[in-house]
Amino acid sequence: MFLKDYIKEVAGALKSLASGMKMTGYYFTHHKEIITEEYPDNRNSLVLAERFKGEVVMTHDENNEHACTGCTACELACPNATIKIITKFDVDEATGKKKKALDTFIYHLELCTLCNLCVDACPTGAIKMAPTFEHSVFDRNQLTKKLNNPGSKIRAGVE
Amino acid sequence: MYRTTDILTSSTSGDMVINVGPQHPATHGVLHLVITLNGETIKKIEPHLGYIHRSIEKMCESLTYRQFIYVTSRMDYLSAHINNHACALCVEKGLQIEVPPRAQVVRVILDELTRIASHELWWGAMAMDLGAFTPFFHAFREREMINEIMEETCGARLTMNYIVPGGVMMDIHPNFQKKIKEFIVLYKQKINEYHELVTGNVIFENRMKNIGTLTAEQVISYGCSGPVARGSGVKSDIRKLYPYEIYDKLDFEEALETGGDSYARYLIRMREMEQSIKIIEQLVDNIPDGDFQAKTKAVLKLPKGEFYTSVETARGELGVYIVSEGGTTPYRIKFRSPGFSNLSILNDMVKGGKIGDLIAAMGTLDLVIPDIDR
Ligand code: SF4
Ligand code: SF4
Repeated sequence: MFLKDYIKEVAGALKSLASGMKMTGYYFTHHKEIITEEYPDNRNSLVLAERFKGEVVMTHDENNEHACTGCTACELACPNATIKIITKFDVDEATGKKKKALDTFIYHLELCTLCNLCVDACPTGAIKMAPTFEHSVFDRNQLTKKLNNPGSKIRAGVE
Repeated sequence: MYRTTDILTSSTSGDMVINVGPQHPATHGVLHLVITLNGETIKKIEPHLGYIHRSIEKMCESLTYRQFIYVTSRMDYLSAHINNHACALCVEKGLQIEVPPRAQVVRVILDELTRIASHELWWGAMAMDLGAFTPFFHAFREREMINEIMEETCGARLTMNYIVPGGVMMDIHPNFQKKIKEFIVLYKQKINEYHELVTGNVIFENRMKNIGTLTAEQVISYGCSGPVARGSGVKSDIRKLYPYEIYDKLDFEEALETGGDSYARYLIRMREMEQSIKIIEQLVDNIPDGDFQAKTKAVLKLPKGEFYTSVETARGELGVYIVSEGGTTPYRIKFRSPGFSNLSILNDMVKGGKIGDLIAAMGTLDLVIPDIDR
């Protein structure tokens, strides 16, 4: 009786090992089913999801105009003080009134946790997340960015 | 259960103290174990914590109710979405916000996907702890599909921050349902491979069965939850006991095993993945139309008082306790993390056993160290 159980156990053990090895052998001979992504060799064909949160960017149209009013809602929404908005006063040519406008949008990528709260808070949709991820640079200062293009101004009609 | 060996009771000399960690691949993070050994027998284990303490609770006190949610992704990063969910639920409870049905369903689907992804990673890492390297890649292949679904809808693969008080941040991606159905089909094919590779394997079974046995009394007295408690036959699924969102309307079973050993905990997690698939199947075609976010004020202020909610993460019960003084930031926040209680049972679990079994038994606790330290 003992011997019978013993042999049964050994046979069962060998079978379980064989079935595991069969699986390994299957993938060894079926290279097509292996799905390794060979980054960075596949950089040109790499497609990232459109919503991928890589960094905050400000969208500019072809006239170099953006939609940021300098309201600082994003600065307040940010949990890490990543954004600093510097405002200035523009003089409206038609009426001669002074109007608050964006001077510089400073963005510290090195502090950003990519949480999307600033984009969610922006009332005019001026900023968005860009699907970039290769952010390594040699010096930390290079990660502090100015998001509004030089010479850009606010799009007409955006309040 | 291990009997205390003779060497252990008779002699006090000849003990050796060794340190595992804080930098050790088997601890899956910066966990420091001080192990007192007598020969190969473990006499005592003391986990030393604090190496990855980031003071998240204190940090949350200076963040507003919208902002603090993202930090909690960094606690138990493998159930990041479920952590966010717990926090949002607590804020919603305080503000009495009604979450639109669409958001509820999307939240639950993503919760369950997170649970599957977490258990899959655990499965791979568990097998790696026992010396098998291949299962890790099998697990990551399926996990990758979940990560892609997350990436498309939430914009991130691990720390999503997709849940906001009142709903979810964005509407689901048009491909959301299609991708999930593809995943379910693939998963059902591949789960057999998991069982073939690991579950029935003789080496694996011999190293798991009757190792690290916990009784129901021990589990309850240490406050363990999740698969660790259910492996010893203690009903502890928050989704069943205190249903939140739409869990009370769903048809699923709480996986229960009575063995209490490592193998029972292993089976629980495998069965939980199946139950999660079952939940997703029920919901994926029935996502109601409508808003994905309730209208909320720009600045959230919780009324004065104390609020507590708990959810079932992949590791057990996560509780969020907020004390509000009526301001825009919490006065005090406390997280009851499942990992901390589950780790504290480690000494009882492996005492008297052999050091070779320590890693195998610890692996079935599914520890995530940032969740323990916060
Ligand atoms: S993504 Fe988050 S951390 Fe980054 S700038 Fe926006 S709000 Fe701040
Ligand atoms: S980006 Fe949007 S939220 Fe930020 S200052 Fe400009 S308009 Fe306001």
